[in-house]
Amino acid sequence: MTDVAKKTDQVTLTIDGIEVQAAKGELVIRVAERMGIAIPRFCDHPLLAPAGACRQCLVEVEGQRKPVASCTQTVAEGMVVKTQLSSPVAAKAQGGIMELLLANHPLDCPTCDKGGECPLQNQAMSSGRVDSRFHEKKREYEKPIHISSQVLLDRERCILCQRCTRFSEEIAGDKFIDLMDRSSGEQINVYRDDFFGGTGTGDGQVGEGDGDVAFNSYFSGNTIQICPVGALTGEQYRFRARPFDLVSTPTTCEHCSAGCSMRADHRRGKVLRRLAGDDAAVNEEWNCDKGRWGFRYATGYDRITTPLVRDARTGELREASWSEALLAAAEGLAAAKERGVGVLTGGRLTVEDAYAYAKFARTVLGTNDIDFRARPLSTEEADFLAATVAGVSDVTYDDVENAPSAVVVGLEPEEECPILFLRLRKGSRKNKLKVTAVAPFLSRGFEKLGATVVTAVPGDEARLLNTDATVAAALATPGALLIVGERLASVPGGLSAAAALAARTGARLAWVPRRAGDRGAVDAGCLPNLLPGGRLVADEAARAEIARAWDVDVTALPTAAGRDTDAIIAAAADGSLGGLLVAGVDPADLADVRLAEQALDAVPFLVSVELRQSAVTRRADVVLPIAPAAEKSGTFMDWEGRLRTFGTVLPTGAMTDGRVLEAIAALLDVTLGTGDVDAVRRELGVMPASQSARPAAPTVTAKDLPKPDKDEAVLSTWHHLIDLGSLLDGDEVLAGTARPPLVRIGKALAESLGVADGDAVTVGTDRGAITLPVAITDLPPQVVWLPTNSPGATTRRSLGVTSGAVVRLTAGKPGPILAQGADR
Amino acid sequence: MTQPSREVLQKLTPVLTKRWLSPDAWKIDTYERLDGYLAVKKALEVHPDDLIQLIKDSGLRGRGGAGFPTGLKWGFIPQGDGKPHYLVINADEGEPGTCKDLPLMTWDPHSLVEGAIIAAYAIRAARAYIYIRGEAVHAARRLRNAVKEAYAKGYLGENILGSGFDLDLVVHSGAGAYICGEETALLDSLEGFRGQPRLRPPFPAVAGLYASPTVVNNVGTIASVPYIVLGGADWWKSMGTEKSSGPMIYSLSGRVANPGQYECGLGITLRELLELAGGMKPGHTLKFWTPGGSSTPLLTAEHIDTPMDFEGVAAAGSILGTTAMQIFSDQDCPVYATWRWLEFYHHESCGKCTPCREGNYWMVRTYRRILSGEGTYQDLDTLQDTADNIFGRAFCGLGDGAATPVVSTLKWFRQDYLDYIEGRTAPRLSAKTLVGAH
Repeated sequence: MTDVAKKTDQVTLTIDGIEVQAAKGELVIRVAERMGIAIPRFCDHPLLAPAGACRQCLVEVEGQRKPVASCTQTVAEGMVVKTQLSSPVAAKAQGGIMELLLANHPLDCPTCDKGGECPLQNQAMSSGRVDSRFHEKKREYEKPIHISSQVLLDRERCILCQRCTRFSEEIAGDKFIDLMDRSSGEQINVYRDDFFGGTGTGDGQVGEGDGDVAFNSYFSGNTIQICPVGALTGEQYRFRARPFDLVSTPTTCEHCSAGCSMRADHRRGKVLRRLAGDDAAVNEEWNCDKGRWGFRYATGYDRITTPLVRDARTGELREASWSEALLAAAEGLAAAKERGVGVLTGGRLTVEDAYAYAKFARTVLGTNDIDFRARPLSTEEADFLAATVAGVSDVTYDDVENAPSAVVVGLEPEEECPILFLRLRKGSRKNKLKVTAVAPFLSRGFEKLGATVVTAVPGDEARLLNTDATVAAALATPGALLIVGERLASVPGGLSAAAALAARTGARLAWVPRRAGDRGAVDAGCLPNLLPGGRLVADEAARAEIARAWDVDVTALPTAAGRDTDAIIAAAADGSLGGLLVAGVDPADLADVRLAEQALDAVPFLVSVELRQSAVTRRADVVLPIAPAAEKSGTFMDWEGRLRTFGTVLPTGAMTDGRVLEAIAALLDVTLGTGDVDAVRRELGVMPASQSARPAAPTVTAKDLPKPDKDEAVLSTWHHLIDLGSLLDGDEVLAGTARPPLVRIGKALAESLGVADGDAVTVGTDRGAITLPVAITDLPPQVVWLPTNSPGATTRRSLGVTSGAVVRLTAGKPGPILAQGADR
Repeated sequence: MTQPSREVLQKLTPVLTKRWLSPDAWKIDTYERLDGYLAVKKALEVHPDDLIQLIKDSGLRGRGGAGFPTGLKWGFIPQGDGKPHYLVINADEGEPGTCKDLPLMTWDPHSLVEGAIIAAYAIRAARAYIYIRGEAVHAARRLRNAVKEAYAKGYLGENILGSGFDLDLVVHSGAGAYICGEETALLDSLEGFRGQPRLRPPFPAVAGLYASPTVVNNVGTIASVPYIVLGGADWWKSMGTEKSSGPMIYSLSGRVANPGQYECGLGITLRELLELAGGMKPGHTLKFWTPGGSSTPLLTAEHIDTPMDFEGVAAAGSILGTTAMQIFSDQDCPVYATWRWLEFYHHESCGKCTPCREGNYWMVRTYRRILSGEGTYQDLDTLQDTADNIFGRAFCGLGDGAATPVVSTLKWFRQDYLDYIEGRTAPRLSAKTLVGAH
């Protein structure tokens, strides 16, 4: 019996006379597809549960009385399937369904956004009739209706395949759209007041009447993309272009550390829309609304296209030629070098650009004073990154999906890494992944993950990771994951505890930063303690490796440990620093905004490498404009440590940071070699892995929790996905779907303040105050939560504090005492 | 009106209907006086598996239309699986012409309650639901009262009759959707969701109500159970035919002298039933009829001697269905009747699948046009083809049901259509009906 031993989980069936093997449970439509037989379909989607609603994919199965929907029929041993290619019954059934679908579908293809890329249009051509026999009046609806500020619905185009509602329920967990009414009046809609007999708004707009619930989801754009007709359209792209006029380029999203594959469509030098790309290993076929719609920042009115230098005579910035600006930057930096130049790189850099800064700092500026972290941070974090993150790629999306258990700490996945959130949700729905969140309350995101919350007062996370039984039990299962967010850096001892916990339980550890460039910056060496490739500055052998790779003398590399962002800012503020090189940093993101701005004001020489005017460019001595992600090629490293390489979408000639730095270096007689992205990739590609030992994880002990007095509370804060971030500028439609800024307090605190849901509550410090409507939430007794950077809640700027600090609470608007200290 | 012959009168087998004419038949005292709640005492003393076997032996087939063997269905429920089991009784009687369950629940609700207790005990369910049509307010009131009475007397609740068996019985009123008579749509509706049929598999026996093993049975099926328990399988099989055992409530409506429910052994013919009902209405001649509601293919006068059991009706090209026999005479227009049915199906389509949602929209408009004298020859071909494109292509049986009267009337009464198209019959609808008709 050397013959093919049949696997027990395989069956053999015949489709259109061809014998084929398939896994048990596989759907007929998928098997046919693998064989190259395209069965028309609408409701079917490989990532959604089978519905069998549109009936377009009917095939004939021998022994079955009626045609069978191939999108719901699983394969069976010996099954004989005939598709439209070999069965007149199947062909007739498909033609019949197509005719019925078209009966009520408007013939507005010439003005419909979907025309040209429309599955209904395409399949009507392949399986439809030439002429219509339908002579009756077609169904009509008021068109379009806004089901959110960015999603529009033309109900008469809808073929009710329910992909959108199924996506919202199954994938995103945001069941805000649903089928309403029945029969031929069945429609997709949001829960509207007028639908249930109320007054409604009457103008087709959602959200203004009492009781209307808009399509409130961070993933709503996916429904537009999977809509097989033009029923769902996006406000941003509607009527802007025809698909056949667009040039499509695969790219990578620049917003967060999820690393989504995307497709950018442009026409006449302008990106008109972005779509989720297919990458089964990363974002599957989804992305979030921020990634989809947040790209207009690059074409804002304040985009800088010409270098600027500060005129010695007027003291004002004026436009300058590249040669003048580069020379000014080079001379200024050279002069400032003596007292030291700090390099602050934000989270938008590609790996190649981050590497350029890391190399520039060491070889041109001769300093290790470089840090990519534009947010609250700690030395412990830098040590943690060196010990457990740099050069490590231990946990993947697949691992998340298939893990039995995951503990999430210092991270709100839905707000801070939405595609990781979707994967966690997929795991929890399909593979019984148990999510345990160490967080102050059960957020909507964690609720959708079915998470167990280990309630943490901000600052108490370290103690909980060290001692909490629920956390330990959750990680006891083999394959369990410990997922920590960048916010854990603001908890003394938090990252130490996480590393120790992972070591103790054998759980694998993943670090999830918030920005797209963060993970790559760690590996590229944009840290005061790390050289490229996770090499320790303090390790002489590691320094020698880098010196060899850079072809410089090892003594030329700085040996002193660098200063981190906070220390650089402090040094600049007290006048001890000679200059600053700042790229993509918004001082409002830093832990102490006021100090950061003082530092920028105080530093003698400031070079800003920037895309748009900002708080840094306004203060800079030289401003060097660079390309946004769409206008350059590069690589982002996602939180997994996976390289997400992308090409140029729009070739505009705008320069990369690496090229600008190379030009400055050249003026200072250093060959940086970072001007060409491919050259950087080659340089990184041939750099051998470090032979040096990985340092031990930090062992910082937890600090005691502060003891707030009456009407004081410990602050907890994190970013909303859609907030005042500068990469979201320029899109009001997207901003319209941001979650409303609220202050959250627990019941006891609300009672002591005498406030009910929706009342104004003021959170204040000596620096300033924030007043927002209150949402009474299941928080620990003396904890208050605020969004970090939302309209009316610029926590870092207004309060000057971050998570773990004690703040004062008062009911109502701020009184005179609080207002006095307000940062105006 | 004619008097039925003695021979035909003997064909009446009042079993489920036997108490209906007793005074206060719906009250528990009357019920107990007339053999009520005897079966449950007997049933609770035997092993549940024996009860399932008894029902299998009796050959009882589902009374909701499909005629699936009830004992077999109960046997599908996995035992010892650690999940709760549910019994759901489909009392969402909504098929046009069907009126057997509502009178049963109105006049003899306790027989359903007793049947529910026995069935729940057999399948080891601790919770049973009766999903009753929302419009049937009176029947629901009687039923709720019966459940209350049964609780008071210890037939429901904890430790029923000292047997250690617990059962809660909930009467749930639907919101008036025909689709919720489809068992999986019923389950969705009962769970609080939109009533739309579910994908099968999984079947309700594996993952039904709240994803737990569930038996969904028709009112008539469950109400038959106490009689089988008391009378035995052999007695039950003494009625009806070999493959379609037991008595059945035939509901006669339309052009008959005495419309109403006639309970006879399965296999009786329309000729006999008409005789029991006093014949056709004076001046009317039988033209066509539905054997089991409007979803079953129409039969004509030539089928008057077809045995009304599952096999007999199937042999005649139709379905026994719910034995709701709507009788139409030579004074009725089959085109008009089909239009009325289509308006019903169009109104009741849940909208989930394309053929039913769009097909009914289309067909109903075509009928409106034909009936207002605007029809064309092409319409008949289009109707036939559209019906073909719906039949067997829809997600659930509702689509088939809608296509059925179209296909039947086009088959038997094409001339009636042509009469409208060619102007021999005066339009029945005005052109006004067509404007914005929905």
